[in-house]
Amino acid sequence: MTALTAYLLVAALLFAIGLAGALVRRNAILVLIGIELMLNAANLNFIAFWRYGPHPEALTGMMFAIFSIAVAAAEAAVGLGLVIAIYRHTQTTDLDKMNRMKG
Amino acid sequence: MSVVFYLIAALTIAGGLAAVLLKNLVHSALAVTVAFGGLALLFLSLDAQFAGFAQILVYIGAVAILIVFAILLTRGSDLPKDGVFSRTWIVGLVIAAGSFAVLGWAVLASAPSMSQQTAVPAVTVHDIGVALVGRYVLPLEIVALLLTAATIGAVIVAMHEKGGAK
Repeated sequence: MTALTAYLLVAALLFAIGLAGALVRRNAILVLIGIELMLNAANLNFIAFWRYGPHPEALTGMMFAIFSIAVAAAEAAVGLGLVIAIYRHTQTTDLDKMNRMKG
Repeated sequence: MSVVFYLIAALTIAGGLAAVLLKNLVHSALAVTVAFGGLALLFLSLDAQFAGFAQILVYIGAVAILIVFAILLTRGSDLPKDGVFSRTWIVGLVIAAGSFAVLGWAVLASAPSMSQQTAVPAVTVHDIGVALVGRYVLPLEIVALLLTAATIGAVIVAMHEKGGAK
């Protein structure tokens, strides 16, 4: 097994764990944690391909990962803000109980 | 592959698994911080120092703190009475296992055709800075705008509404 394959397999496993967390848990904050894990797995792929790809001096994968980290930070801020706003309305973060669009 | 890689990978995977499986949300936040730290170490082991330290700053420094704040503001540390897993958890587990099977198969099947550069890329932070204000200046400006808009939007969404119900 080459180094690139090992990193890609770790990223795939982390992505699957994040997806399972997002699909299986009831709590909205845990779902956001799962989404963050999936985004991080994608970042690991970008960095691994940048490291073992043919043109690392072009910095493409590195730049993609850096911008992805910035966008993920914005996503986390807005997502957690939404969770707090919904909690203030309904006093719950249980996704199975959030079944109305109208507050 | 070196022993160090296996240790870091095991730490990252264990952190992710614990974050998803632990019942108490505060423990989950701690476990996901361990997973973020493991990922930063993986970036460092891939000779991506800038991305590794950005990962530590952004994820361990900001996102983990944000998650802890959200858990404490929503009393998420109380255990729910009817279990932490959703009613349709088996479907989610099957979808996740299926996606891992497909991804793993794709990686292993395409492994022989992937190029494998072993030379350490000679990229310094100076090069990254020059690229950020040179070739990638438009995405940089867009990300700056996005972060400003997201910060203002998150504050407005989470702000107390005046004369609201609660």
